[in-house]
Amino acid sequence: MLAVVGAVPDPVVPVTEGVVDLSGLCMRVAGLTLSPDRGTPALLLAAATACAALSLPAPYAFLVGDEGRGHGSRALYRHLTEVLPGREFSTLVFHYLMPDVMWHDKTLFAVQDMASRPRLIADAGFMYAAKMSGQAAAYDLFTPDAGELAFLADETAPHPFYTRGFILHEENRVPDLIARAYQDENAAATLLVKGSTDYVADASGVLFTVDGPSEEAMEAMGGTGDTLTGIAAALVESGRPVPEAARIAAHANRLAGRLARPHPGSPIAALIPHIPAALASALSDHA
Amino acid sequence: MGLLDRFRKKNPGPPAGSQADRGLALFENTSEVIRAETVLRAAGFAVRAVGPPPEVRTGCDLAVEYPLVEALNIRRLLEAAKVAPLDMLPVTGPLLQPVELFQVKDFGDHLMVRAANMKLTVEKATGRIVNVSGGGCPDVPYLAARLIGKTLAEAPSPRDIGHTLCGYALGLAFEEMTRLCSPS
Repeated sequence: MLAVVGAVPDPVVPVTEGVVDLSGLCMRVAGLTLSPDRGTPALLLAAATACAALSLPAPYAFLVGDEGRGHGSRALYRHLTEVLPGREFSTLVFHYLMPDVMWHDKTLFAVQDMASRPRLIADAGFMYAAKMSGQAAAYDLFTPDAGELAFLADETAPHPFYTRGFILHEENRVPDLIARAYQDENAAATLLVKGSTDYVADASGVLFTVDGPSEEAMEAMGGTGDTLTGIAAALVESGRPVPEAARIAAHANRLAGRLARPHPGSPIAALIPHIPAALASALSDHA
Repeated sequence: MGLLDRFRKKNPGPPAGSQADRGLALFENTSEVIRAETVLRAAGFAVRAVGPPPEVRTGCDLAVEYPLVEALNIRRLLEAAKVAPLDMLPVTGPLLQPVELFQVKDFGDHLMVRAANMKLTVEKATGRIVNVSGGGCPDVPYLAARLIGKTLAEAPSPRDIGHTLCGYALGLAFEEMTRLCSPS
């Protein structure tokens, strides 16, 4: 089963876990109704929608409320260290959580104690912590955007906020930044770099690029990276090799954007209903 | 090689990894350091007084080590306690500077400003914030919910309601957008 770990922007939500109950765009986890505006709920809804389209079981979610003070994230980290060793998941996605190296390491040790190793995907705050901890290579997939790739490529930066300018200026040289990230072991086994062109890479270099269809407005929309990671997670869960899953996900996310006909003010909820058709089309193209 | 072999090989002990998410707050004098440490401990932050590296010493040979990502929340708390730091720096790279580079993209009816890993988009005709994207700290979805739908004039500053470095970066984008949208 695929499991997703992350925060929701309501500080009163306690640590909550359960299978996603999906009815159209209405999503519930253990009685908690989630609005897929952005962040982990957007990733979760995209993953659940893609899982349904792939005839996979609905994903499992570990959630907590955190408005940025970190209390919720740390409660969820603590919960994960307690329960993960006794659970079985085939794919684990870590998303919006307060980047905290100590809790990252404890969580990774808890994964180590699971009966079988899940494939590990990290994005957002947890990806920052994975890089800061020096354990990026333990992951199967990171899904950074161009700015976050520059952070991974800058071996000195402890957060994207401190990425050095000469590296940020190299955004148009994504392959060089990818090589630099691998050189210092600050990348997962596979990278899916989100941008005007999406790049799928591993330590050997760029494997695939995906640049169409192109909807310029998606760059401004909050949540398009979250839906991409969610679709990729479902495809990884389906058993496809991670680079292939990332390539198909990049294409499917773009197709969903094309079908949604967005403008820069569009919410991500406008894109998600198009994921099943987009995924079918992308799978057909890559068959 | 499996995940855990690899992980064990690079066991996360105290060295670089444990320092990578820490910041240093520098102060005018030792008495301010002690006050700041007291204020932050009382608020529940994991902080301690340490000696700053020589390259950033300002005369005071103590600094407060704090969780780097929570810089915005900590700065606001210290300012409220009238013990504002002279500077806040990453422990592992005290000479690193915050990103000052803004990228602006004009979509015609909409304008987007990116600062570090955060993007803010407004509708030009109304100044209304229509999207917030990027970032990975948990205050990003919270800030987006508070900002979207409001005009730049109505919206709270992310610097006032954010808590993390992502919130700080969004605050920079917000200020740059406000500057760009102000009548010259």
